[in-house]
Amino acid sequence: MLFQAILFYLFSAVLIGAALGVVFSRNPVHAVMFLVLTFFQSAMLWLLAEAEFLAIVLVLVYVGAVMVLFLFVVMMLDINVESIQRGLTRYAPLAIGVALIMAIELVQLIWMRSQADAMATAFAPYPEGYSNTKALGSVLYTEHVYAFEIAAVILLLAIVAAITLTMRKRPGLKAQNISAQVAVRAKDRIRVVKMDAEKKQ
Amino acid sequence: MLNYYLIIVLAPLAAAIVAGLFGKQIGRAGSHWITILAVGLSCALSMLVLRNMLWGGAPSENISLYTWAVTDGLRMEVGFLVDRLTALMMAVVTFVSFMVHIYTVGYMRDDPGYERFFSFISLFTFSMLMLVMSNNFLQLFFGWEAVGLVSYLLIGFWFKRESAIFANFKAFLVNRVGDFGFILGISGVVMFAGSLDYAEVFASADQIAGQNIELFPGSPWNAMTVVCILLFIGAMGKSAQAPLHVWLPDSMEGPTPISALIHAATMVTAGIFMVARMSPLFELSETALAVVIIIGAITAFFMGLLGIVQNDIKRVVAYSTLSQLGYMTVALGASAYSAAIFHLMTHAFFKALLFLAAGSVIIAMHHEQDIRKMGGLKKYMPITYWTALIGSLALIGFPGSGGFFSKDLLIEAVHESHWEGQGAIYWIAYLSVLLGVFVTALYTFRMFFLVFHGEERMDAETKSHLHETPWVVTVPLILLAIPSAVIGWYAVEAVLFGGYFGDAIEVTQRHDVLGRMAADWHGSKGLVTHAIQTPIFWLAAAGVFTAWLLYLKRPDIPATIQSKVTGLYNLLDRKYYMDDLYIKGFAAWGRSIGNLLWKKGDELIIDGVIVNGTANSIGKLAGVMRQIQTGYLYTYAFAMIIGLTMLLSWLIWFR
Amino acid sequence: MIGLQHYLTLSAMLFVLSIAGIVINRRNLILLLMCIELMLLAVNFNFIAFSRHLGDDTGQVFVFFILTVAAAEAAIGLAILVVLFRNRRSINVQELNTMKG
Repeated sequence: MLFQAILFYLFSAVLIGAALGVVFSRNPVHAVMFLVLTFFQSAMLWLLAEAEFLAIVLVLVYVGAVMVLFLFVVMMLDINVESIQRGLTRYAPLAIGVALIMAIELVQLIWMRSQADAMATAFAPYPEGYSNTKALGSVLYTEHVYAFEIAAVILLLAIVAAITLTMRKRPGLKAQNISAQVAVRAKDRIRVVKMDAEKKQ
Repeated sequence: MLNYYLIIVLAPLAAAIVAGLFGKQIGRAGSHWITILAVGLSCALSMLVLRNMLWGGAPSENISLYTWAVTDGLRMEVGFLVDRLTALMMAVVTFVSFMVHIYTVGYMRDDPGYERFFSFISLFTFSMLMLVMSNNFLQLFFGWEAVGLVSYLLIGFWFKRESAIFANFKAFLVNRVGDFGFILGISGVVMFAGSLDYAEVFASADQIAGQNIELFPGSPWNAMTVVCILLFIGAMGKSAQAPLHVWLPDSMEGPTPISALIHAATMVTAGIFMVARMSPLFELSETALAVVIIIGAITAFFMGLLGIVQNDIKRVVAYSTLSQLGYMTVALGASAYSAAIFHLMTHAFFKALLFLAAGSVIIAMHHEQDIRKMGGLKKYMPITYWTALIGSLALIGFPGSGGFFSKDLLIEAVHESHWEGQGAIYWIAYLSVLLGVFVTALYTFRMFFLVFHGEERMDAETKSHLHETPWVVTVPLILLAIPSAVIGWYAVEAVLFGGYFGDAIEVTQRHDVLGRMAADWHGSKGLVTHAIQTPIFWLAAAGVFTAWLLYLKRPDIPATIQSKVTGLYNLLDRKYYMDDLYIKGFAAWGRSIGNLLWKKGDELIIDGVIVNGTANSIGKLAGVMRQIQTGYLYTYAFAMIIGLTMLLSWLIWFR
Repeated sequence: MIGLQHYLTLSAMLFVLSIAGIVINRRNLILLLMCIELMLLAVNFNFIAFSRHLGDDTGQVFVFFILTVAAAEAAIGLAILVVLFRNRRSINVQELNTMKG
C-alpha cells in the first residue's frame, strides 16, 4: 500500500511537471514531447487505479497516433517561434490569478466540503480473475452499442472532414480522365466538312 | 337531396378553379365548355329542386354540413337551408347565370381575358349560391363578401382602363360602408340571440325585440330596431340603395354580361333577398320597416329621374335597375316580402334580358355605347329589337308581361300598407312608386326609341357593318324573353297569394297586406282586364307617349327644355352632386386627415422619434458595446473561463 | 491511502494548469489545441476515479467515448490548422480577427 502511494506521488509529480512544461515551453516541439510525457504518466496512474484497458488505449491511441499527428503538424508547419511567443508575460499574471482562484475552489470543494471519510478510502480492489477489458467490452457492446456506433460514425466523419479540408487540386496535374475517355464519340473527334473542289490558285 | 345541393354549389366552383388555374392549358373552348356545363348542371338541378318544392311537396331542409369552430357556445357552421325562398332564388340565379355564360361566348369572343372571365362568372355563381343557400349568418356573410369580391374583380375586368379601376375601387369602398353596417348587424344578432343559426335566431326574435340597447348614453333603442337597421345598411350597400347607390352606375365599366348577371339580376338583389330572409326579425320593428320603405321610395323615384338624362345605353339600364331595386325595397318596407321577391324574380329575367340586348346592340355598334349615335337599328337587328321590346314592356309593366304582375301588385301592396302611425311615410312611399311608373316608362322608351327607331345617326363606317349578332347572343335573349313575357301569368297567384313561401317568410297579422289583398284577388286574367282602370296603366302610357313625343315626333323639344331649365338639368346630369359630395367631401376630407397622420403622425412621430429614434439609440449603444468584441478567439475563450470561475465561486462561496 | 480525493485533486490541478495554458499561450493555435487535450485528460481522470470509487464500469465507457471524440477533434482541428497555415502562412491567433463586426 505504501509502495502504491509512493508511486502515485511520484507519477503525479512527473505529470504536473510535464503539464507545466507543455504550458510554458517556448518551442512547440518541446511542448508536444512534454504532452507525450503527460499522457504516459496518466496511463501509469490509470494502471495504478486498475483501469488497464483505458491506460493501454491511451498509450496506443494518444501517444501512438494523436501525438504523432501533432508532431507531424508542428514539424510540417514552419512556425516562427520567436514572433509568436513574444508578449507571453502580459497576460500571465491574470492567467495565474484565475487559475489559482479555481484551484483553491476545487481543492476546497474536494477536501473540505465532502464526506472525507468515505472518499479517503482506497478504491475497492477487483476480485480475483477480473478482467477490465472483458468487463468494459461486455458493457460497451450491449448497453452502449448505439453510442458505440455513433462514435464510429464520428470517427468516419473526422476522417472525411480532415481529408476534405486538406485536399487540394493542383493545377497542371497530368492524369487520365477515364470516364471522359470512355464517353468520347467519333463525332467529337472528327468533323467531316463537305466543300466544293477549288481551283488551283 | 344533400348530394344535389352539393353538386349545385360545387360544380361552378370546380369549373371556376379549373378555368381559372388551368385556363391556358385547356384553352378558350375548354374554358367555356367546362364552365357552361357546370353551371348548366347546376341550373338543371336547381330547377329539379324547385320542381320538387312546387309539385313534389318536398319539405324545407335545414342541413348543417360542417362545424367550422365553436367558441364560447357560438357555433360557426357551414350549412344549407333550402326552403321555397331559397329554391326560387337558386333557380333564378342559376338560370340567368347559365344564359349569361352562353351569351359571353359571343360577347367576349375577341377578349384576351376570356378564360379568366369564365372563371370569374362561375366563381360568382358559386358565391351567390352559397349566399342564398346559407342557413346561418356567417355563411351569409361569406357569400356576401365573395360576391362583392367577384363583382370587384369583374368591374375591373379591363384593368388597363383608368375608369374601370376607378369604378371597381369605388364599388369596393362603397360596399365596405354597407358591409360595415352588415357585420355590426350580425354582431348585434350574436350579442342578443347568442347564435348565428337562422332557425335559432328567429326562434329568439321576440326575446331580441324585448331588449333595449343604449347607443348613446340616455337614449335607449329597441335592440331589434338597431339590429334590423344595421342589417339593412348592409343591404343598402349591396343592393345600391340611396345614398350608397353611387357605385352601381359606375360598375357599368365592366363587360356587359356581368352587368346583366351581377349588377342587375342577382348580386344586387342579395340585399332584397337578405331582408326577405330576415322577415321574422324585420316584422318586429316598425321603425326599421319605416326606414326601409323611405330609403326604397327615395331610390325608386329619384334614381329613375336620373335615367332620363343619361346617354350611355348601359347607364340608362343601370339607373332603371337602381329604381327597380328601390321598388323591391319599398315592398319590403311594406311587409310585402313575397311581392318584393316576386318582383326580384321577374326583374332578374327582364333586366338581364335588357342588359343582354343592350350588349347585343353594343356588339353590333362595335362597342359604341352612346345612344345619341344610334337609331333605326330595328331593321338591322330584328331579334334584338323584339326581345328588347319585350324586356322594355315588362319593365314598364305593360299588362300581361312579367313586370306588370309584379309591379302592379307591388304598388297595390304599398297602397294597402298604411297602418296607423305611418301616415306621412305611407304617402311618400305610395306617391314615389306611383310617379316612378311614369318615369320608368319615360326613360325606358326614350332609350328604346333612340336606339331602335328614328333616324340613323351612326357614322357610315359603323353602319356598313351593322348586322344581327350571332346565335350565342340571340339564343339567350330569346330564352330570357320567354320567362320575361309569361312568367307572371303562371307564378303570380302561387307566389303572392297561394302561400307559396310557407314558413320561409313571416308576416305579422298587422302587416299582412298581401293577405288583405288576397280577398280581392280574382285571378291573373282579372288583373289584366282591370289594368286599364288603374292609374298605373295610364301613368305608364303617359310615359311612353311623352317619350314618343319628345324623342321621335319632336326631337327638338328636349334640347329646348334642357336650355330652359339648366339648373334642373345639371342637377340630374351631375346625379344630384352625390359623387361630388363623396369624392370632394368625404374622400378629400379622409385624404387630408390621412396626409396629416402620414406626415406628422407616421413620418415625424412614429418613424422619426419612435422607430428611428430607437434604432439610433441602440446603434449608439451598440457602437460602445462592440469595442468588447475584439474578434480574437482567445478573448471569447477567456471570457468563458472567467464566467465559469465566477459561477463556480458563487456555487462554492456565496450560496 | 490513495483514494478518490487524491485523483480528483490531481485532475483539478491538471485542469487549472491547462486553463492557465490557454490564457498564456493565446497566440499559438497549436498550443491551444494541446491545452484542450490536457483539459480532456483531466476530465478523463475524474471519470476513472469516480468509476473506480463507485464500482461502476460505465464511467470507463465514457472515457472511451471521450477519447474517440477527442481524437476526431484533434484530427479535424489539425486539418483546419494546416489549411489555415496554407492560406495565411501563419497560425498566429492575433491575425485571426475576422469575427470582429
